[in-house]
Amino acid sequence: MWFYLLKRLLLMFPMLLGITLISFTVIHLAPGTPVELQTTMDPKVSLEAQKRLKELYGLDKPLHVQYWDWLKRVAFLDFGRSFSPDRRPVWDKIMERIPVTLSLNLLSMLIILSVAVPIGVIAAYKAHSWFDKATTLLVFFGFAMPSFWLALLLILFFGVYLDWLPISGLRSLQFPQFTFWQKVQDLLAHVTLPVLGAAFMGLAGMSRYMRGSMLEVIRQDYITTARAKGLPERTVIFKHALRNALLPVVTMLGLSVPGLIGGSVIFERIFAIPGMGQLFWLAVMARDYPLVMGELVIGALLTLIGNLLADVGYALVDPRIRTG
Amino acid sequence: MQKREFWSRFRNNRLAMSGLVMVAGMFVVALAAPWLAPYDPGYINLKEMLMPPSQAHPLGTDTLGRDVLSRIIYGARVSLMVGFVAVGIATLIGVLVGCLAGYYGGWIDQVCMRLVDVMLCFPTLFLILAVIAVLGPSIWNIMVVIGLTGWMGVARLVRAEFLSLREREFVVAARSLGASDARLILRHLLPNALTPVMVSATLGVAGAILVESALSFLGLGVQPPTPSWGNIITMGQDNIEIAWWLSFFPGLAILVTVMSYNLLGEGIREAIDPRLKE
Repeated sequence: MWFYLLKRLLLMFPMLLGITLISFTVIHLAPGTPVELQTTMDPKVSLEAQKRLKELYGLDKPLHVQYWDWLKRVAFLDFGRSFSPDRRPVWDKIMERIPVTLSLNLLSMLIILSVAVPIGVIAAYKAHSWFDKATTLLVFFGFAMPSFWLALLLILFFGVYLDWLPISGLRSLQFPQFTFWQKVQDLLAHVTLPVLGAAFMGLAGMSRYMRGSMLEVIRQDYITTARAKGLPERTVIFKHALRNALLPVVTMLGLSVPGLIGGSVIFERIFAIPGMGQLFWLAVMARDYPLVMGELVIGALLTLIGNLLADVGYALVDPRIRTG
Repeated sequence: MQKREFWSRFRNNRLAMSGLVMVAGMFVVALAAPWLAPYDPGYINLKEMLMPPSQAHPLGTDTLGRDVLSRIIYGARVSLMVGFVAVGIATLIGVLVGCLAGYYGGWIDQVCMRLVDVMLCFPTLFLILAVIAVLGPSIWNIMVVIGLTGWMGVARLVRAEFLSLREREFVVAARSLGASDARLILRHLLPNALTPVMVSATLGVAGAILVESALSFLGLGVQPPTPSWGNIITMGQDNIEIAWWLSFFPGLAILVTVMSYNLLGEGIREAIDPRLKE
């Protein structure tokens, strides 16, 4: 196991290098220097910011030198300072917002799992029943639903029409005066709609995947054997089939990380949630390049960590991986 | 695979046929927009601001009194164009990379596939938004960007097909007859690898339309006054408490369109290989 973990960790280094290389290329996509081309036309970026940007990237040096200099700073988590008036280090700005985005995404993941797994299992067990057909229809809706539209529908129905839930921000104005339980309640009310929206988007893929995985397992010989030796159906399904069908789901969870993080741009923008998605949107609108670059690298890094956790989790539950 | 066999299977799939019909319908709407739209989509009438759906304006009007139905009809043009051009770019790059990796193997394969792995590490929306921050939002830029960030799946598909086709007898025979690399790839390998690419391209159009609408909604895609389904909804969010029709109808258009392409794509997949239909 330790050997596997070490191997897996070492594999991350070339990936990290690739990530920084692509992020660097993206910012240097514009012909000419990104500073001149974009800032002379844009009154939002002051002359002073232009100068600072040129200094920051050493734009008078050849590209490979620029990349190497930037990489050395990034290795020590120095992404430079934001162009916005507060001029705070990019790393600090992102770090203070990551907990919000991560906890919201973890919550949606929990919901996705707890709904998609039963749906997938039942749909597979009773394949071609009305339940299977109904969920298939739901899945088609889920795949075709624009996430921002779903968010607006949720706002329209629960926020405007029923007026049950708050539609923006993370806390009410009176939050500081609340008692502890009121605070918890207030937070929960604020995150309900964004988390439900994000969960619905992931639900379609996951329940489909779970169904496929379960169908695959049910056909295996060891399931037939378990039935043949007279085990009750409940034991066969939950103990023999489900546990094996859940294995690939671990990988799937890891693979869903980039989608969830990318989706947080949309949900955090609509619900005015101060997470890293909203920060990214603001950075793009203001052309705050150091911040854009920092977000890009850290977004990919989170994906990498998600994949690592999924692989390690898989190795923990499936001994074939870590020995073979 | 026989063409006739494909067709008969496809025709018997009701969902796939309805997808095909709706996709065709969308094309008609986009092409015939000037004749179908009841009003000029850019006609501003401040006396009729934010009117709810009525006889004169079946889907209501926006904050400048423009007819929402007409703007949605013209928006179909944007969606289709972005969908097809973006997928065209993505498919071209994907096929090229997949061919190189699958045919030559070795270090070329290694480099190509590591590039795919790294690209897949980025949250797609992050990558797209970062490029737009540099290039600026415009319909041309988003088509290129969606194409540049969407080729990885196709590359993997084509590579996998090539790997399994490379050692087949007809290819080995052609090679031993002295066919050049280019001839082998273009005449013998690629045509046999195209069917899965077709499926993924159809589904890709759906994906590209979703991404375009999200970008336009965020104000980083198609810029007003050009109508796109996404930027009509931006206006809808700003007025969500007073004008539900501004967010509801354009979103419905996206949903129906994307679903049609998905149905069509799944239909083609099942008609090619009925075993996939569990």
